[in-house]
This record gives sequence, structure tokens and C-alpha cells, in this order.
Amino acid sequence: MHYLDNSATTRVSEAAAKKALELMTENFGNPSSLYSFGMRAEDELNKARSVIAKALSVSEEEIFFTSGGTEGNNLAVLGAVQALRRRGNKIVTTAVEHSSVYETASYLEGQGFEVVRIRPDKSGNFAPEDFRNAIDEKTILVSVMAVNNEIGTVLPVEKLRKYIEFKGSPAILHSDCVQAFGKIPLRLGKLGVDIATISGHKIHAPKGVGAVYIRKGLRIKPIYFGGEQEKKLRPGTEAMPLIAAFGTAAGELDIPKSYTKAKELKAYLLQKLSELDGVVINSPENAVPYILNFSPVGIRSETMLHFLAQREIYVSSGSACAKGKPSHVLEAMSLDRGVADSAIRVSFCSDNTTEDIDALVSALRDGMNTLVKRKQI
Amino acid sequence: MKEIVLAKVGEIVLKGLNRRQFEDQLLKNIRNCLKSLGSVEVKAAQSTISIVPQDEFIDLDEVCERISRIFGIATYSRAAVCDEKSLESVLKTAPEYLAEQLESAKTFKVEAKRSDKKFPFKSPEICRETGGKILQSFPHLKVDVHNPDLVVNVEIRDFGAYIHGKALRGAGGIPVGTGGNAAILISGGIDSPVAAYMMAKRGIRLTAIHFASPPYTSERAEQKVVKLLKKVARYSGNMNMYTVPFTEIQETIRKKCPEDYFTIIMRRLMMKISERIARDKKCQALITGESLGQVASQTIGAIACTDAAANMPVFRPLIGMDKQEIIDISYKIDTFETSIEPYEDCCTVFTPKHPRTKPVLERIEDAEAKGEFDEMIERALQNLKLTFINRED
Repeated sequence: MHYLDNSATTRVSEAAAKKALELMTENFGNPSSLYSFGMRAEDELNKARSVIAKALSVSEEEIFFTSGGTEGNNLAVLGAVQALRRRGNKIVTTAVEHSSVYETASYLEGQGFEVVRIRPDKSGNFAPEDFRNAIDEKTILVSVMAVNNEIGTVLPVEKLRKYIEFKGSPAILHSDCVQAFGKIPLRLGKLGVDIATISGHKIHAPKGVGAVYIRKGLRIKPIYFGGEQEKKLRPGTEAMPLIAAFGTAAGELDIPKSYTKAKELKAYLLQKLSELDGVVINSPENAVPYILNFSPVGIRSETMLHFLAQREIYVSSGSACAKGKPSHVLEAMSLDRGVADSAIRVSFCSDNTTEDIDALVSALRDGMNTLVKRKQI
Repeated sequence: MKEIVLAKVGEIVLKGLNRRQFEDQLLKNIRNCLKSLGSVEVKAAQSTISIVPQDEFIDLDEVCERISRIFGIATYSRAAVCDEKSLESVLKTAPEYLAEQLESAKTFKVEAKRSDKKFPFKSPEICRETGGKILQSFPHLKVDVHNPDLVVNVEIRDFGAYIHGKALRGAGGIPVGTGGNAAILISGGIDSPVAAYMMAKRGIRLTAIHFASPPYTSERAEQKVVKLLKKVARYSGNMNMYTVPFTEIQETIRKKCPEDYFTIIMRRLMMKISERIARDKKCQALITGESLGQVASQTIGAIACTDAAANMPVFRPLIGMDKQEIIDISYKIDTFETSIEPYEDCCTVFTPKHPRTKPVLERIEDAEAKGEFDEMIERALQNLKLTFINRED
């Protein structure tokens, strides 16, 4: 098969899978238990925390494990807003956030908060001034993703701390780093964020685990209540098999290697796509090399997806999360309806090869020649 | 206390000479339906069917749930079996079994049926004695023979004495298998599962036909149809589903036929193919979920053109129904939530901007002939996919 959908999810690495099994069948104690068998599990918890903290250039006490990106984003947005409710009621975010930020913001809108969603231009890029203009003293949360999952654009997160200070805003700065972690260098301290979200299954760890970074000294409100785990910020028995596997996978990351590989693959794909007639590239040039969004105009995404899947080539149409709904990201870019309806997203990992791309392009060519185009769109 | 289910048969009581056949079919259907729950004895006597679990682990709630969906049954109720067929036992059992309902009722009455004429007490006497015993145990109650909160039923039958409260409405209709065979054209929409249910209700044994156009339609759309048919199968019994590979034909319609005829020609070809399958599987009619005026392809003119493509009866049980009425049934048979899942099926893949609402048959036939579909129809019929729809998961 040719798996080109790594931004949707990735295959768990051998080492990470082995680690998970070990924590299920051998070292299966509860880290909160008082006896030494539980302490052995706690060791693994600390190890994983340490590896991930190192990968983000932050300290261990700033990392809290969650069940994944969605929970992390909910905790960040709701927790931050609850903490600063008395200081203001405005939230500045973007129109291209993942639905776990987008929908949470909509929920808060319903609760009476003002939500400003900055839009990108037609190329998908953002003008930093738009954020500067929107942030003010009533703003209590600025939530901007680092890399967009659908088109791969890099957002100007590093500029936001300055704007917040300049405008005298009390805002907490949060960044959904799910698509950035393990792909591009992330030094969260330097980036200036207060909270960041990452997810395991995008970096060859199992699904069901993630983490949030919360800057030392910042207090946000938890959204779950119960036990003492994770400093009461995320109670519940720690998902050791998943967390340990997450740590193992994080330890295997080699960003320079992956980045270079992705660059080569993207260049190759762009070259081969240029040989086809009627393909529009939606991702801007300065997007990360791991993600490429393009449209074989005239053929509905879902149709092409099934066509490719029949040949065991797996890609996404728009966003993997939304079954059948038009992508709010492509809409925010004001893409032509016909282009948006036929958008395909390819996303690489280091296991992909030029053979995968050859198979994809060959199938695309066949599809574009044989599938009937819809006159409608 | 031992409990059984008593079911009263409906319309088939009126059938005269065919009555035996209908009854046998009904008993067979009940036995088949309950088979997977365990050992159950199903017997008929004097237009009442008794369903008697043979082991104590059988879930009677599940039994009743299934019985409520068997066509041919007018009403059914859970009944307690008295230890012996004696008045004493009746007097002991009635207040005990119906204690909860008697507590919360304010008025009641007793009705007795005595089909075993050898029983020493006559019905009025049974009523009197039982009523008296109940008043003793539940002094707050009053007797109301006109409009009581609760009716206590006592039935003295050949094999025992039974007590039950209010009978529940059954699914009505006539037993599946007594109405012949027909083929339902099923899409994933709200209407066709309802049409299938309504014809099964008149005793028809169903065969399902579904049209798929991969890659324009997804596997999920087909899975959705299977899910819907499983729900219908709880009423109609198990059935075969034939999936017709329709991609080539749909692409050809798109390429060779005028845009405003797309839908009508597609439906005509679906009728032609379905009729071939129907005849092959010994069906004598087709069934569709068409309703007059709901969409452009279902105006009277359009339906006339579609109908002209078939040479066997086409049953359209929804033809005179409002959308809301159809939706209400779809809720009742629990297909609505599944029907509204958004997976595209054939009917919506290539929709014309301006469909013909008053099509002229000759022009349609001409346009269709130009497409030269005969060979493609044969190919589609050679490549049918069979899926067996089982009501059990």
C-alpha cells in the first residue's frame, strides 16, 4: 500500500509498539501505587515526560499528559479562559484552527465571550498585523496553531508574545502544535507561548495520548476533576502503555532527517504534478514540506479518494476529521468552490518513498482521464 | 412465577379456508424469530398463540420485543401461569402478579374467558370471585366496569389458567410469506426502508436490490443500506440483497444523455435491471419508495415514464403519503437516524440542474436508445454481489 496520509495518523513504530506491550504485560503497575512495583511504572512515566520535555526544550514539570490533541486543546482553551475570566472576555484565534479549538471557541462564544477569528489571505498565509490589531486589554486568550493541518502553512506564532505585551493585554498565548511537533524545530520557551498542545499518533506513537506544555508559574483551571495525577490538572490513572510508547516515539525523532526527506519528496511530487493538466496547488510555497494540498479540478474529493483507495493509495480530502462537510480552512482562504470541492491532501513521513509518489501520480492521471467531471462544480 | 406470552392473531381470522395456511406461516415465523433466544414452545389454540419459554434463562423482555415486530399479531401480552388450573390458584396469582399495577390504579375490572368448558366455574363467577379477592388485598380500589384504569384478564384455556393485564398492540399486518415475493429497490434514504416495511406488513417476502457506483459512491453508503435492511429484517425476516454495479451505466448516462433527462433515464434503467433480477429470483412485483411530488423525478409524468420501463407490477406504498407521515414511520421502525447519515448514493451522484418535471415518454425512450445500454445491462447483471441480511448482528 501507499500510505500518504500521515497528517491524519501514523503507523506506530516497532519500538513504541514494543514499549506499549511491555507496559501492558510486564511492567503494568499503577504509578500512583505505594509499593515498588507501581514505582517501576512511575519511572517510565518520568522517563517519557523527560524525553518529551527535552524535545520541546522545556522542563519536565511543564509537561502534562492527556488523551491527545483534542483534549489538550480543550484543556488549554477552557482552562485559560476560566483562569482569566475576570480580566476580560475576548478571545483572538484564527479561522483555520483544528475543530477542537474552533468548536471550543464557538462554545465560549455561546457563553458570552467575544471571539475574533483572523482569516488568511488567498495563499493561506497570515498577516501578523491582523493579530496585532485584534489583540487588546480585554483579550484573555490568543490561540493560534503553529502549522495548519490541511494546507501546511506556518503561522506567525513567534510574533504574538510581543503584540500581547505591546497592547497591554493579560492574554494567555496558546498554540496547537500538533502538526509541528516532531516535524519542525520547536523551542517552546523561545516561541513565547504559555501553553502548547501536542499529540502522539502524529509521530508514530499510538492513538489516545498527547501532552500539553504549560509554562512554569502559569495556573490554569482543570476541566476534569478527580485524582491527584498530573498535579491535579489532569486526574485519572495515567495511560502508561500509551504514555511510555509516546516517550519512546519522541525519543526516535530526528527532525533534520525527516525535514530533508520531506523536502525531497515534496519537490518530487510538485514536479510530477506539473506534468498533469488541470491540477491546482493550494498550499503556498512556504508551507511545511510534509503537507501538500492540491486540487485535480472537476473531480469531487470523495470520488478521487475512493478511486485512489481502490488502488491502496491513501490520502485525505480536505480534513480527515470532517466526513462529508466542506473544509472551514479552505473556505477561510476564499478558495474557489470548484477548487475546494476537489481538494486532496498528501502528507509525508520518513517512511515514504518516491515509489509512493509515482503510484499516486499514475493513479491521479488515470482518475483524471476516466472519472467523469461534475459540470456542477 | 412462570410467565409466558399470549398473542392474538389479527386479520387472518377473517381468511376462511386459507386460515390454516396463514396460521402455520405465522407460527413458523414466530419460531424462526425466537430461535436464537433459546428453547421456546409456540402453540396455537382458538386464535390465541401461546409462547412458552422452556428454560428459565430466556429473556422474556427480548421475547416480547421481537413479538411486537411480527406481522400477523394484533395484540400480545405477558401472562402469569397459575400453578394449577383451579379457581384457588387464580385467586392467589392475580393479586400477586399484577400487584404493581393494582397499587397505582384507582379503578379496575376483571374480564374472564373460559375456553375450557369443563372448568367448574363460569366466567361471571370467576370475575366475581377474583374481583372480590383483589378488593380484599387492595382496599383502595373501586370497581368500574365502564372505564377502568386497569383490566385484569383471566383466561382459562386447555393447557392452563393465565392472568394478564393490558394487552399491547402488535405489529398488525399479515404473516410474512403469505403475500408472495417482491423485490425492493433500496437506497440509503428515508423512504425506501419504509416502503419495504409496509409491503412486508402485507405478507410479502422481500428481496433487496441496491445500486452502487464506486468510486462515486462509497463503501460506507452500501454499509448504511445493509444497516437499514437489518432494521427492516426485524419485521420482515432475513433477506438477500443484490448490489448492482452501476458505475459504467451512470457514466454513460452522463456522457450520452441530455442533462435534464439524467435522473429519469437512470431510474428507468434501474427498473429494467431490477425487473430482470426480480424475475430470476421468482418475485412477482417491484417495490419502490416513490411518493408523488416529493422530488422533481417523482411528478406524475416522471413516474409514468419510469413505470413504462417495467413489465411487472410496481408497488409504491408511499405514493399518497406526506413526507412527515413517512418520517413518522421511519422513526417507529428505527431507520430514521441511520437514513440521515450523509453518505452519497447513486440517486444524488449526477443531479441535473433543471430536471424535466413533465417528460415526454417518446423523447426519453429515444435518448435512452442512443445510449445503447443493453450490453451494459447484461454486464451489470452478470456481476451482481449477494449479501445475506440477517436480523441478528
